Amino acid sequence: MESLYILIPLSVVLVFLIGLIFWWCMRSGQFDDLEGPAHRILQDDDSVAAAAQQIEAGKQKTTD
Amino acid sequence: MDNQTTYNYKVVRQFAIMTVVWGIVGMLVGVVIASQLSWPELNFGPYFHFGRLRALHTSAVIFAFGGSGLMATSFYVVQRTCNTRLFSDKLAAFVFWGWQVVILSVIVTYPLGITFNKEYAEMEWPIKILVAIVWVAYAIVFFGTIAKRKVKHIYVANWFYGAFILAVTLLHVVNSAFVPVSLWKSYSVYAGAVDAMVQWWYGHNAVGFFLTAGFLGMMYYFVPKQAGRPIYSYRLSVVHFWALIFTYMWAGPHHLHYTALPDWTQSLGMVFSLILLAPSWGGMINGIMTLSGAWHKLRTDPVLKFLITALSFYGMSTFEGPMMAIKTVNALSHYTDWTVGHVHSGALGWVAMITIGSIYYLIPRLFGREQMWSVRLIETHFWIATLGVVLYIASMWIAGVTEGLMWRAVNPDGTLTYAFIDAVKATHPYYVIRFLGGLMFLSGMVLMLYNVIRTASAGRPVDAAIPAVHAHA
Repeated sequence: MESLYILIPLSVVLVFLIGLIFWWCMRSGQFDDLEGPAHRILQDDDSVAAAAQQIEAGKQKTTD
Repeated sequence: MDNQTTYNYKVVRQFAIMTVVWGIVGMLVGVVIASQLSWPELNFGPYFHFGRLRALHTSAVIFAFGGSGLMATSFYVVQRTCNTRLFSDKLAAFVFWGWQVVILSVIVTYPLGITFNKEYAEMEWPIKILVAIVWVAYAIVFFGTIAKRKVKHIYVANWFYGAFILAVTLLHVVNSAFVPVSLWKSYSVYAGAVDAMVQWWYGHNAVGFFLTAGFLGMMYYFVPKQAGRPIYSYRLSVVHFWALIFTYMWAGPHHLHYTALPDWTQSLGMVFSLILLAPSWGGMINGIMTLSGAWHKLRTDPVLKFLITALSFYGMSTFEGPMMAIKTVNALSHYTDWTVGHVHSGALGWVAMITIGSIYYLIPRLFGREQMWSVRLIETHFWIATLGVVLYIASMWIAGVTEGLMWRAVNPDGTLTYAFIDAVKATHPYYVIRFLGGLMFLSGMVLMLYNVIRTASAGRPVDAAIPAVHAHA
């Protein structure tokens, strides 16, 4: 089962890599606010009406 | 208008449309092979034979339909949640056209019998290299966009998409290691049981990262958006993500129970498969509970019906999977149609339904329409699709258990009670029911295509402006 000599070390390396990314997340504050982001995507209005308004607003700004 | 003031919806639009088109193609091939199993006379010549078309079906639905859906939604979600345009428009266009070339070359080569002979990775080496190049471009566009984000926090959906993109790169490279002998023939560098282990390490992680992590990314954006409510617990979604990626890698050996694979490796695979139940259900509960206090929305909103039903099927198949990975259960279920039913409970119920719901969410926004051309048609699609899945998996459960019991039945003197053909005869009616279930699911997709065409032709392609970043960012 030589393939296990590749696959098992690969998993170990991966776990360390994932651990490293996890550590970066903690250090860089990705986990500081675990409530706000859920609401933020709802505040981002991606409806068609909002898109039209933004384009109107953009046009006015450039003509001003 | 200046490029950087709008989102790149063009590539999202292209992928969204192709998701529907490839869905129809892939499922049509599925219905064809289901009918070939029911009526073997339908196997014509070498090109139109079950053995070749089966690989075409799996690749078309997973990589063409599922892949396009993932690329469409990930490009949309990463832009909207990072508040910035895609990293590179040219590279994004390359990802789209490159992926279409990959799909077309698969459609041409598989029926011709050009195959690498590895499940879900049958493409020969020139196509494998192309897949790798397109995939790296995809990763650059996705992570490049995250790098230039205007918001500090990376939304959880992007983590799932990111894990899916990175894991698939690794899986593809390790599993595809080949020795070419001619332009259209190569051999795996691994052999025998070693090859089988690598194959199912790839195969099951493809299920885990392509068909689960990627679509969970979709779920974490489109379920809250369509429901108009924040995800039930954002904290749980983060825990869910890390738990899933830390524990996924070793479920593969459950595909090789009772084979030449060492016993301890099989048991390891079984244990890891059982552990997976926890993070899987964490995600399922998180998604469904998002609707808590707003269940009435399910009554009137067919798009939400698709998304929530998808989660129910996800919960069902992630319960069924670990159970089937237990060696004693597997002794009954292995090599039977139960496995096929289980796969389709995940593939049709979870993957296809969450994709369909997300595409219905996207299409009006990409074409400047308030909603789809016909909401009633979505409702019809939902019921046809759901009934189709139920027929499919119920018939395969019965067929599978019947086969398992008949194969293992022995007379008092130790001889087999049934010949193999007896089990084939016993399952025939269920094969016909499965064909009907598949046909229903396919008809739903045709309704969807019609609805999409009407919506697109009534509207016009739009690129939404990037709103100003919120104050707290």
